Amino acid sequence: MSDREDDEMGCTKPRVIPSGDIADAMEELCISACCNLPEENLKTIEAFAAAEESEVGRQVLEMILENHRLAAREQRPACQDTGLAVVFLELGQDVRIERGDLVAAINEGVRRGYEKGYLRKSVVSEPLFERKNTCDNTPAIIHTDIVPGSELKITLAPKGGGAENMSGIAMMIPAAGVEGVRKFVIEQVRKAGPNPCPPVVVGVGIGGNFETAPLLAKKALVRPMGSRNPNPAYAALEDELLEAINRLGIGPQGLGGSTTALAVHVEYAPCHIASLPVAVNLNCHVSPHRSITL
Amino acid sequence: MAKRITTPLDEETIAGLRAGDQVLLTGVVYTARDAAHKRLIALIKERKELPIDLRGQVIYYVGPAPAKPGDPIGSAGPTTSMRMDPYAPILMEHGMKGMIGKGMRSREVRDAMVRHRAVYFAAVGGAAALVAKRIKSAEVVAYEELGPEAIRKLYVDDLPLFVIDDIHGADLYEQGVAKYRKE
Repeated sequence: MSDREDDEMGCTKPRVIPSGDIADAMEELCISACCNLPEENLKTIEAFAAAEESEVGRQVLEMILENHRLAAREQRPACQDTGLAVVFLELGQDVRIERGDLVAAINEGVRRGYEKGYLRKSVVSEPLFERKNTCDNTPAIIHTDIVPGSELKITLAPKGGGAENMSGIAMMIPAAGVEGVRKFVIEQVRKAGPNPCPPVVVGVGIGGNFETAPLLAKKALVRPMGSRNPNPAYAALEDELLEAINRLGIGPQGLGGSTTALAVHVEYAPCHIASLPVAVNLNCHVSPHRSITL
Repeated sequence: MAKRITTPLDEETIAGLRAGDQVLLTGVVYTARDAAHKRLIALIKERKELPIDLRGQVIYYVGPAPAKPGDPIGSAGPTTSMRMDPYAPILMEHGMKGMIGKGMRSREVRDAMVRHRAVYFAAVGGAAALVAKRIKSAEVVAYEELGPEAIRKLYVDDLPLFVIDDIHGADLYEQGVAKYRKE
């Protein structure tokens, strides 16, 4: 039920959000997400650095921490790959956006943020033939969920190419079960080796469909680092996978060690009686994401 | 203890480097990634002159972020090297002596490194703001229209690197996993 007042016809009055506010919020989010990493990220890396078995691995993690702190202090991107702008919108169904198109406002914010923040323009307009840079890091990739309420929550998770390229999906059969899922996830991280800039954050999407399992995996990545799935069976799977991955020996930057992954987050959804889709989306150790609610 | 080395890389320096060595590199380094490599290879195949002389040089696989006012370059960590694997052996044939990036190289590239006596180094990925502090100057020398993918001439000072592949066939990534993997 909406807590908003009704108009004279008895219809809920919409909450108006000017599109300009959305563009402004996006601009700020872009710069902030790339320069100011979530506190949980740094705390997690610190904890793993203290426990890292390899001397070189520990050095690398210390260097990474120094880098991330420098980035925040001087407002520079932690990584040169400031990525594709991946945007999650939770749009309250009582919201009406005025004075401009929602998608255009998001892209305008990205354009301004990537310019003013000295962030890299890493998007080509057509993937196969000419691959010409769009020069403003648009278009953003936008995922919109309509939710109850009168707010607009915007989450930006800029995604670089390295870890994204090491991601994968398997359309398993139900008989593959937990063991099949375990094997696939661990193998995906193992064969990626040093390429995704370990230590990685592993997002796993189980269930859904060919197009939604990867989205679940990506949503898993924007959960606070180290948070657990509320379902105990899936939380246990997260713990098991993290432990198994950290036995692979890949280590920080693949130079060998006990910290190959910082966290494993699993999300699940209903699926077809004949299917067991499993998607793995990797994030590097920067794993930037930031939200704002209008 | 990190070893200090300078570019252009000479034969003695190259022969003395071993997988696992930590080095501090000083000197000129050229940047190039996917798009620039494609163009260089096309020029080589057409027997045309290259915009840079590769002999003895080190190529850093990087697409830097734009420089803030007063800085020579923005954050500039390595990109994943294996995307340049199709091009690297030909560049080694034409004199390239070192590559800086991150991630595994193919069997072909590793064999070419032994054959042509070239070394592969890794910079720490995602420590891009720190790496940028070690870059004292940067100028675009070719393909400005490629933006972050242009060929830039950098002067680096004590750039911290790990030797991944040496000319004796050893690979640090393989050594690392072998040492730390638990069944």
